[in-house]
Amino acid sequence: MIRIDSVTKRYPDGTVAVDRLSLEIPDRSITVLVGPSGCGKTTTLRMINRMVEPSEGSILLDGVDIQAQPVNTLRRSMGYVIQNAGLFQHRTIIDNIATVPRLLGWSKERSRARAAELMERVGLDSSLARRYPYQLSGGQQQRVGVARALAADPPVLLMDEPFSAVDPVVRKGLQDELLRIQEELGKTIVFVTHDIDEAIKLGTMVAVMRTGGKLAQFAPPAELLSAPADDFVEDFLGTDRGIRRLSFFPSGALKLESGPVVPVDADAKKLAARGSADVPYLLVTDLDGKPLGWGAPQDLTAGEIAVGQLLPYGRPFVHGKDSLRAALDGAVLSPTGWSVGVDGTGRVVGVVSQAVIAEAIRNAHAEGRTDDEAKAVR
Amino acid sequence: MSGFFDIPSDLQHSYLGLIGLHLREALIPVLVGLLVSLPIAQLCVRFRWLYPPVLGVTTVLYAVPSLAFFVFLIDYTGQSETTVMIPLAVYSLVVLVPAIVDGVRSVPPETLAAATAMGLGAVRRYFQVQLPIAVPAIIAGLRVATVSSISLVSIGMLIGNQGALGNLLNDANIYHRPELAVNAVLTMAALAILADAALVLVRRVLTPWMPRKGAAR
Repeated sequence: MIRIDSVTKRYPDGTVAVDRLSLEIPDRSITVLVGPSGCGKTTTLRMINRMVEPSEGSILLDGVDIQAQPVNTLRRSMGYVIQNAGLFQHRTIIDNIATVPRLLGWSKERSRARAAELMERVGLDSSLARRYPYQLSGGQQQRVGVARALAADPPVLLMDEPFSAVDPVVRKGLQDELLRIQEELGKTIVFVTHDIDEAIKLGTMVAVMRTGGKLAQFAPPAELLSAPADDFVEDFLGTDRGIRRLSFFPSGALKLESGPVVPVDADAKKLAARGSADVPYLLVTDLDGKPLGWGAPQDLTAGEIAVGQLLPYGRPFVHGKDSLRAALDGAVLSPTGWSVGVDGTGRVVGVVSQAVIAEAIRNAHAEGRTDDEAKAVR
Repeated sequence: MSGFFDIPSDLQHSYLGLIGLHLREALIPVLVGLLVSLPIAQLCVRFRWLYPPVLGVTTVLYAVPSLAFFVFLIDYTGQSETTVMIPLAVYSLVVLVPAIVDGVRSVPPETLAAATAMGLGAVRRYFQVQLPIAVPAIIAGLRVATVSSISLVSIGMLIGNQGALGNLLNDANIYHRPELAVNAVLTMAALAILADAALVLVRRVLTPWMPRKGAAR
């Protein structure tokens, strides 16, 4: 555990970057420091590996003051990932990744073997090993940065806005990759970002900091969304935090109806039978069970269902894997007000109305379902 | 018969001998200049306030005429190659110090931060990160310093024929053999071009990591 104990950083000109900050960063989880620019989040991160020395207070790593060991020994035991990757442009990818193992005195072969292993782990093709950083895309460079930080298998990983400089699609990929790697490796990660959505997506715990280096709130993301400590945190979270909080509620509890689902080749009898249910619309699927669109029973003629005239079905959610947010989104997107639940292969499991989703939301609130199971839903 | 490559005997060297001498007198000062510039530049990077005064001093030194240097140095080092080479080494500083400082400063801050965070101490950071990344800028400086040094060596003629190929200019005058002057100028130009090309080659070899012009990412 990293324990930040009443730490203050004051610069010679009197600026206070961090003001009596105390935080307990739990092991084997991602703790995100988030806040507007100038809130001291990067300074805090840099105090953990002593790139910045605190003016007051202390930082303990597993109960031992980080001042107790030589600074470079401390740093080599903590991976560090920075915005724009900060790769050594004059070294090949594999040698970039092998930097810390080499510093620790590993042989060249062992370091490179380890580096090759990490390239695979972060999803880099081995053909890139002998390339130079300029030959890689921004996203690939950032992966190299992560691999380099992990090279010596440090227990702690410090990440300073690592994904801020890449485009949103690549960023999402890198975030998912980080969560996957974290599931495998279980590092103690301290992650700095100014992006609250990134914080909520990645963080097990989120520390919201405000200008002047003060801690505004330290809580799991779901709690942050449901009970922001003050106006500042609420403002920082932005609008629709209620909707976003639904990301933490699993959709597995939703009861889907399979009645109003008909295949495109349904005969008149079947159409009549399904249409008689008290639903105004039927979901038409293709022969494989994948959704095609909604139609009113009276508009559907057996054997002659005009696929082009069906109403859009929005975006289906994967039942049990996606959250209530995805389910609600699907319902809001379709003019019918119904959401389509599918399985992992995209085949329709059943449909659910806004009313049922709303009830599930009420139930979830009542149960306060924000446990680990819900966390995995994201 | 007075041929183009017939070197008067007072110079005590063949044509090739003069070329060798010329290269030695031109290149050793650049090398010495480089060795002196590296620590000076590093100090300037470390202590920012030092850079402007250092630049001022090197510029003033560059403005001192070589003749004045010779008059001063001759008491100590006599009419020797050393007397020619010392001013040349001093002149090279005006190009090399800023080239190295700019090169070292061109290292992106995040690269430096990453190096620090990975536990590279100041010495490792300098030799393993800053210096290699500064190589293109340093070689750009060396190219200017080398070419100018090759042309400046000829002034050594003034102190007892220590100007290598430059001595031919004097002999052209004494012996009324203008072709010797043409020879000297053309040879020096050729040496400058070849030395420059050699440095470009060295940079290519040392920096496989630089994006090639026109190459796709």
